[in-house]
Formats: sequence, structure tokens, C-alpha cells
Amino acid sequence: MSEIDPITLSVLAGRMEQIADEMDATLFRAAFNPIIAEAHDASHGLYHAETGDTLVQGKSGLPIFVGVMSFAVKAVIEKTTKDGDLADGDIFIFNDAHIGGTHLSDMRLVRPYFREGKLFCWLASVGHWHDVGGAVPGNYNPAATEVFQEAFVLPPVRLARAGVVNQDIIDILLRNTRLPQSAQGDLNGQLGALDLGARRMDELLDEYGADTVQAALVALGTRAELLMRSELAAIPDGRWEAEDFLDNDGIADTPLPIKVALSVTGDRMHLDFTGSAPKCAGPVNIALPTTIATVYVAIKHIFPLLPANAGVMRPIDVTVPQGSILSAEFPAPTGGYTETILRMIDVVFCAFAQAVPDRVVANAYGTINALSIAGRRSNGKPWVMFSFYGGGHGGSPEGDGLNHGNAPISTATIPPLEILEAAYPVMFRQWALRRDSAGAGRHRGGLGAVYEIEVLEENGAEGFLFGERGRFAPKGVAGGQEGALNVFSYQQDTEWPHPPLVSKMRGIRLKQGEAVRLETPGGGGYGPPSERDPAAVALDVARDYLSAAEADRLYGSTWREATR
Amino acid sequence: MSGKMIGVDVGGTFTDIFVLDESDGSARVGKVPTSRPDQSSGFLQGITEAVADIGGVGVVVHGTTAGTNALLERKGARTGVICTEGLRDVLEMRRRDRPRTWGLRGNFEPVVDRRDRLEVPERTLADGTIRTPVDLDAVRAAARQLQDRGCVAVAVLFANAYANPANEAAAVAALREIWPNEHVSASSEILPEIREYERFSTTALNAYLQPEVSGYLGRLGDALDKAGFGGEFMIVQSNGGVMDVDTACRFPIRTALSGPAAGVIAAGYIARSAGFDNVITGDMGGTSFDVSLIAEGRSMLAPQTSIDFGMVVRTPMIEITTIGAGGGSIAWVDRGGLLNIGPESAGSDPGPVAYGLGNDRPTVTDANVVLGRIDPENPIGGKLSRLDVEAAARAIDAHVGQPLGLDTLAAAEAILRVANSRMAGALRLVSIERGFDPKKFAFMPFGGGGALHAGAMLAEVGIARAIVPRYPGVTSALGCVIADMRQDFVQTINAMLDGLDTGALGAVMQDHHDRGMAMLEAAGTRFEAREARFELDMAYVGQTHTVPVPIPVAVAEGKVHPPTQDEIGAAFDAVYRDTFGRLLPGGVRRILNLRSAVTGLRPKFDLATLAPTATDPARPKSTRKVHFGTGWQDTAIFDRLSLPVGTLISGPAILEQPDTTVLIEPGLVGRVDHLGNVILETGPEAGR
Repeated sequence: MSEIDPITLSVLAGRMEQIADEMDATLFRAAFNPIIAEAHDASHGLYHAETGDTLVQGKSGLPIFVGVMSFAVKAVIEKTTKDGDLADGDIFIFNDAHIGGTHLSDMRLVRPYFREGKLFCWLASVGHWHDVGGAVPGNYNPAATEVFQEAFVLPPVRLARAGVVNQDIIDILLRNTRLPQSAQGDLNGQLGALDLGARRMDELLDEYGADTVQAALVALGTRAELLMRSELAAIPDGRWEAEDFLDNDGIADTPLPIKVALSVTGDRMHLDFTGSAPKCAGPVNIALPTTIATVYVAIKHIFPLLPANAGVMRPIDVTVPQGSILSAEFPAPTGGYTETILRMIDVVFCAFAQAVPDRVVANAYGTINALSIAGRRSNGKPWVMFSFYGGGHGGSPEGDGLNHGNAPISTATIPPLEILEAAYPVMFRQWALRRDSAGAGRHRGGLGAVYEIEVLEENGAEGFLFGERGRFAPKGVAGGQEGALNVFSYQQDTEWPHPPLVSKMRGIRLKQGEAVRLETPGGGGYGPPSERDPAAVALDVARDYLSAAEADRLYGSTWREATR
Repeated sequence: MSGKMIGVDVGGTFTDIFVLDESDGSARVGKVPTSRPDQSSGFLQGITEAVADIGGVGVVVHGTTAGTNALLERKGARTGVICTEGLRDVLEMRRRDRPRTWGLRGNFEPVVDRRDRLEVPERTLADGTIRTPVDLDAVRAAARQLQDRGCVAVAVLFANAYANPANEAAAVAALREIWPNEHVSASSEILPEIREYERFSTTALNAYLQPEVSGYLGRLGDALDKAGFGGEFMIVQSNGGVMDVDTACRFPIRTALSGPAAGVIAAGYIARSAGFDNVITGDMGGTSFDVSLIAEGRSMLAPQTSIDFGMVVRTPMIEITTIGAGGGSIAWVDRGGLLNIGPESAGSDPGPVAYGLGNDRPTVTDANVVLGRIDPENPIGGKLSRLDVEAAARAIDAHVGQPLGLDTLAAAEAILRVANSRMAGALRLVSIERGFDPKKFAFMPFGGGGALHAGAMLAEVGIARAIVPRYPGVTSALGCVIADMRQDFVQTINAMLDGLDTGALGAVMQDHHDRGMAMLEAAGTRFEAREARFELDMAYVGQTHTVPVPIPVAVAEGKVHPPTQDEIGAAFDAVYRDTFGRLLPGGVRRILNLRSAVTGLRPKFDLATLAPTATDPARPKSTRKVHFGTGWQDTAIFDRLSLPVGTLISGPAILEQPDTTVLIEPGLVGRVDHLGNVILETGPEAGR
């Protein structure tokens, strides 16, 4: 294989990133469902021909997919190696989370890219479909104890053989979703993105030659590894532990520990998740591919300049015990994977904060808060309003955390309340920042939010919540304090009860005029509160981010003298 | 009416003037230093230097960055918000995004402080039903409180005001009676479109800009009046059309991209006059490269943009794609051994190392200097007397050459190659990625450095040719003179196509039409034609992504004949199939918004009046050594403005003029066309 000069490498790196970005953009435009089209819950990339390792990935897709897609490709490689029948023009499709990571809503398409009769690399597309069957519309079933209650499960199968699409597979898919039109639209979009990727690769290889591009792919892996090693070498050797908890699994009311031990030796690192909870009954399990991908997400937040390339993981060892909540095997339910990986990111941050406090931000609000409100209109038509809600980001070495941000695993935006009110019989009584929710610190956390949603439909409605952080608040780092807990309540006449499992509940009966109220956590603080500028505290009080009583309790009374 | 038309573009360094005499079609350009802090004196000086008798000027059109700068520098007025109970934080909560995907750092301060956002009892539902009538006493009390707090502008932001503006209108009427100035903005007046954050943000930013921009335009108007100007004063909007100054004072947010929009309008006109309907413009500044595409003579319009994180402006604007690769962008090698350009930039102050103003990290301009592409003895812009080539070379050596094992020249070439590939990526993004074939496009560089990189764009993207306009430095001022007058309207409809009340839709169209035409009528300028265009944002139910569907609507004697359901359906199907390849059988079609544009087409002038008059054959004024690829080549230097029409110059050559350097690389031929543009094409087929 030829060597590549650093300049051509730089040019090719940009070109290939642009190909993956363009695949992202193609699907965002064409996708039918808003989870892909607006929230960008999708991703595309190029993967190594033999290993399936990530070579290049689009920048605009969901962060969690950056690490997880290669597992989808590896699964297809395993299948085709066993069967020995891979052909140019094949396309594979599946959603099996135990093989490909994340959850069953994510439909993965994997396509070999051939050059002159030889496999050159793989192209893959993943997108969150609106509905993939199962017990609950939208597939967030807090009571699932097996994947079968979450969605239909599709192992890697051929959607196309040598360029001919197998309509039978599409027919099976469309018969198993509540929203066949949406599924068809998304599938078309994903196929279009893969076509485009193949076309662009043709052009690139025509221009630069297969050998040069191949050399660039190898060099990009080496470079990624070098970057990671140089970052690790700058961290002092040592071992640091961190532990946090999930409230419960939605079935039994038992806290579930997530634990990590971080060891750095020279330019290598070891993350050991021994001590985390064993596999649980409810849907907060995650499969091993998801765990590895999450490590990547956490590391990239700490070192943002790392590329989306598997070379980053070469100096990193990850230990996950068998039978762990972090390596759950089929058919353990994984629908609530978002909560578990958010907690993993939190503990990795807390471990790093002890090693290199100036590189790490405090914990963000740490729950996706999947809330759906559903019912039937007076004309009998069903409606389902399903959305994720925001919270505060952690304080950082540079400044306060962001108010009302999105989750670290996502870049999704929240739909406008006017869009929700126009589409569903609800009204937001409140959509506001939540006072006294920020973790105190030299740089405080960002504020969480308060959403109060009233049902306008005369038939009433039913509510479902899948959240976390109801018992264990987002942590501060470097001496910073915790943010506020997640608080959910629902109106029953004049009463406002809370769910028995605090952050998870299904089948909440709501009459017309009754409401649910979600108060989301703020971020953790960074640095000791005693080091916060009293003028900044006074400003927070003036803006009513913070009550005077809480200001006194958290920061003492010096802020009262500060003029602002 | 005939007389002189003047376009004025106020930039950071210079105020450019373009004068067109409509009586004989002659044109002139002028340039004066921009005056600070009050730009009106430089503005007036530029005009009076360019025309002897200001009384004979019929129209002055201004492309302004006053609004843009006030937003970027956060120098708008203290603004208050009066909003629906429960929703005072919408502006601060945004759409739950974050500044950067990775790192979880960064914060956001809205332009309106939380203490200046007050809630009043009122609520309208999504179907337009008033659930709670607005409490006007509470509105008045809030207004007093905001005034006491020092607010000089106020925005009224009510939920679902797009569906029924009654509550907002009542509040605004009460407010205008007691607010001490004109600076009252209402969300249903600024943008009657669904999506509260986008509407509130646009409205609040409008209020925030109003005192600043209307004050500035008022000062300009006064200065013009005092000097004896009796004509029409107009302002370029972000959509590339102009509006009268009163409209600009009420809707200053529409000027957010006024300056760049004028440049793109001019570029399109210059290209079309030269025979090219398809053009990609590239404005290379100190920190960024701004690209815009014009297809079949029409600019692409974007529905909204973010001026900065969380500062969303939703008004139609000429789509300009920006990447961080300007002359001042810094070249650096990361720990993995990869050469990167930007996003960090030395800007124009301290600027490139060669400026000698304190930066010691190499920039794209430094690479151009070291390779001889920029004359170190005569830097453009006129601020510096010479450039420090040695310092630039040392910086390139230290930061790029040594880490990569390259000598100085190879390192400088490497910087240009990576920068060019980044810029080429931006061109690909606006063309190939949107389904346009770049082979059918011409590239038009403007800005000081763009014409140095034009050849590379041809080679990298496969663009057929580049056009360097005769006066690249006054492109925006020229755009002011030729821009049409245009008024955009939007109204959320939110109805299924089946069962659509086309009469009601027609009534909204009629209202937009009448308001737009009235504005044209009120303007004192001459139009060659007037037109109204209508577009519906449509999608299938379940989809939130809409496609813009142009609707053919007959207007006869001022009366709009609304389209039928079938006509709308057919138009949607055609656009949808074109965009996504196939329709959705059985899908229910929905109309989200109506968008109307009323345009008064202004007379164009013949660019030939600017064409070169020189007839002496071109002769190089000097030669210097310029580095191309692996070696130095003797390169002829020409004075660009003295080249006669029809001149052919084969690369390597450099054409110099006061505000631009044009590089003709080996293998390229430059041709002076009949308008004085330089057309760059690859050798063999060029120019014959």
C-alpha cells in the first residue's frame, strides 16, 4: 500500500467527511418522521472493509451513533463471512439492539461498497423510526421485561440482493408498524443516502485512485490513535473511581448502581465498569455495543477535537462484566437505553474530574424524560404526543452551565409548543426555567425547566413517563454541588400526586382540564460555591434564577452586599 | 422620473459609492473612508464628492451593516418583553439546543434580560379561540414597569398570535397609547407564522434594533435633507429587495443581512450581463468565505438564519453559506499530524503575520505573500505600506514546515492546497449537494482575496470559468442601484388541502397583494413592472418538514383569483415528486403557511457604461517571481484597469488594481470581456 503525503491526507479527510455529512443531509431532507427530519436522530459513515471499524462519520448526526454504527457493520460482516455470499449491490437491514446497539427504534441499513469487483469499505445509515410495533406507540415502554414487548425484532437480513430490492422484507416491515407511511418514507430516505454515498465514493476514487484513498483511510486511523495517546499522556497516571445510580428499572423500586474505575498508565487508559448493577428486569439494560459507543461519546466530550475514527479506541481498554446491566443479552429489554448511557457519561466525567479537573464539565441533567400523552378525539381518532424535554448543563471551568440544553448523547431540538398545541389537544400552562434548580458552584449549573401541560380533549387522555434522576441528582465536580432532582406530578382534581416509581409511570388517567407537570433537573456546579463571585449570585437572585433563601443557604450572605 | 441614482455601501473601512445617471446611462464609482462612530458624515461626504448637485439625485439606496453589527456586538437598545403568562422564558430556552455538539461548554445570554420580560394574563389557543382575553390593565402596568427599568423598546409576544392576533393587537393598541416612542414590536405584525421561539426571537431582535437602526437612518435622512436632497431614500433588505426608509425603521430586522445581500444581487446581474445565468459568488474576507448560489438568474432564499447562537432571525434572506476560511484563518498542525486551516482567525487586526501587528501564527494570506502572489510592496486596502515577507516565512516554517517536515515553500503551498480544498468544499455544498451541476456555473470572487483562489476553484470543483467583475470592491454599492423593490409577507394557514376554504385563502392573498402594491405606490421611484408571487409551505400530515410550493395565481386588475384545491394539489405533487422522487399514495396533504412576495422591478442600466475605454494593447508593467507548485516562474504583472476589451493573457500572470489582485495561474487564460470583466478559463478552449 502506498504512503500518503500529509497534504493529500488533509484534503481527503475533508472530502470524506463531506461525503458522510452529505449522506446525513440527504436523509434529514427526505425523512418522513420529525425525529429524523428535525431532531436529526440518524447518522451515516464509512466503515473498514474487514473489521467494520469506523473510518469517517458525518458531523451532524446524533453523537451516540458515532461509536455504535461500527457494531452494525461488524454484525453484517460476521453474517456474510459465515454465509460467504456477499455481492455488490447487497443491502442489509436490521434493528436488533443486542447486535447493533442502542434500541429497536433505530433501523440500520448496511451496504458494501465495491471497487473493481473488490470490497473497498462499507457504508451504513441509521435512523430512528417513528414506530416499530410493540406494546406502546413510539416504543418507550417503561414496563417491558423482554424486547418483544418493545417492538418487532429484525436480525440482519438482505433488503436487496445484488441490486434487486426484496419487496417481501418491506412488506413485513410495513405490516409491523403503526405508521407504515412514515416507515416507508424513512426507508426511502435511508436508501437514497446510501446511493448517494456510493456515488460520491465513485467520484472520489476516480479522482484520487483507490490506493491513495485506502492509504488515507489507514493514515486517518493512525492519526486518531496518535491524538488519543497524546491526550492520555498529558494526564497523570493514577486510578479514580466514580459511582452513581439509576432510580429504578421501572419494574422494581431498587436503585441500580453504575460504577467506573478509570486507570491511566502512560498513554493508555482502562475503564472498568465492574460493580455496576447486574442485568435488570426493566428496559434500562444496554447491550455491550452501546456501552463501548458510550465510552467514545464521553471521551469525545472531554476531548472534543478527537475525530470520529476507531483509532481513538486503540489505547482504551474497557471492562464490562458478563451479566451486567451494561452487557445485557437477548432478549433483555433495552428501550430505555438513553437513561443508562447518560448515567455512564456522568460517572466517566466524575472519574476524569478527579484526574484532570480543568478538562471536565459537571454533570448535565441526565435524563431524556420521554413523556407521551395520548388519547382519542371525539371523532374516535387516536392521538399521541411524544417528546423529550430539556434540562440544565453542568458548570464548566470556563463558566456557568447552559440553561435548558439538550442531552449530551443528542443534538435534538424540542418542538415548538405551538406546533404541539396545533397538532394535539393540549395547552402548555407553563414553559419556563425552573428556579433553584442549578447546582451551586464557582460556576453554577444551567437551569432545568418546568413544563405544565393541560389536556383540552373532552375524552381526557393517558400519560406515560420514562425519566430518571428522581432520586439521585446530577453531580457537581471539582467541589461543585448537585443540581435539583427531576420532579414529575400529575393533576387529579385538586391533588398533585407523584408516581410511586418517581420517574417512570404508565397509564396516568387525565380528565379534561387536568395537567401533568414536569420539573427537570439543573446541571451540577463546577468548583466550590464559596468561590462564586457574589455579584454573580446577586444577579442570579435579581433574575429570579435563585431564591434569596437558597442563595443564603448555598453561598452565604455576602451576595447581599454585592451591587449589580 | 429621471435623475441620478446612488448606491451607498458602508463597510468597516470604506464607504463605497456608485452613481448612475439615468438620463444618459453613465455611471461612476467613488470611495471615501468610513466615518466613526457616526457613519452619516462619511456617507454624505461620499455622495457630495461623487455628484455636484445633490438636488438632481432621484434615489439614494443604502446597503447597511448597522443592524448586523448591532446584533453581533450586542449593541441594541434595552428592550422589554410583554408576554403570555407562563411563557416568559421562551426567548432564553430557545429550542433546547447547544452552541457546539461536542464539549458541553458555552452559555447563552438573550438580548432581553429576564427581569425585563413580564407576563400578563392572556391566552389564545392553537385554533384561534381566545381562552383568556388580554388583561389590558396588566399590560399598562407592565409597560410602566419596563419604562421605569429603562427599556426604550418593547416587544409583545403572545402564544398562538399567528392564529388569532386579537389579544396581541389589543395589547399593542393600549401600549402604543402610553409608550413614549415608536419602538413597539408585535409578534403578529413582524411574523404571523407558527413556531413561537422563531417568531418571538425575530420580534424581540426587531425591537432591540429599532432605536439603533431608526436613529441611524434618521440621521442619514436628516443629513441628506439638509444637503438639499429631495428624492427617495431606500434601504436594501436581507432578501435582496429594497424597502422605503419608513418600512426599514419599523422592520429593522429585515436589514440583518442587507450589505451581503446587495453584493449577491449585483453579482447575479453582472454575471447575467456577461452571459452567465448560473453563478456561485465567493466573498473572501479576513475570517470567512461566504458563498451564495444564483441559478437561472435567481438567488436562493433561506427562510431563517442564526446571527449567533440563539439569535434566530426568521425573515426571507438571500442564502449565504459561510465557512471559516478567510485570509486571516490560521494554519496549524494537530497532534495527529494533520494540517488544519481555521476556524481560529487573526482577522484583519492583528491580521496575518506579514502585517507585523503582533500575530505570529501563519495565515492563508501569509502563504500567498511568501509565494509571491501578493505584492509585499503595495498591499491592497491602503492601510499598510509594506508586508513583512520574512516574518511570514518564519511563521510558516515554525508552525507548519517543521512539524510536517516540509521546506518553507512546500509548507506555504500546503496551506493554500488545504485552504483551497476547504473553500472548494463550500462550493460543492451549495451546488453539488443541492442538485446543481457546477460545470454549468461560473464562479465570481469578490472581496480582497477571492480572485487569488479562483483558479483553484476551477480545478477542484470542475467549475467552467470564473468572472472577476471590473470593480469587485464596489459590488455591494452597485447592487443597491439595481435591486428591485420587494415586500415579503407570511401567514400561517394550517389547514388540510381537502376541504380548504379557498375563499379565505384568497382573501389573505388579496390582503398581502394590496399591502404590497400600496407600498410600491407610496414609493417615489419608477418601476418597469410589478408582480405578486405566492408560495405555500406544504407537507403530508405527520411530516413537519414542508416543501415550498409556488402557486400560479392570476391577478387581474388588482383582483387576486385564488387557486382551486386541484390546482394547489397538482402544484404540490409536482414539487414533492421533484424533491423526493415519489409521492406518498393516500397521504393527506396539508398547508402550513402562505408566503407572498410583491416586487416592483426597477429599471436596469447597461454595465457597458463601465466598460474599459482603453485601446492600447496590454503591456506588463513589471514582472516578479511567483511560486507555483514546485518552482518559481517569471510572472507578468498588469495594471488591470488599463486593459482594453478583448485582451487575452495567458497564465502565469497577475492583474493588479487598487482593491483586488487577480491571479491567472499557469494553464489558465484571462480574457477581458466587452464589459471589462476578466473571464478566467482553462487554456485550450479559452477565449477563441
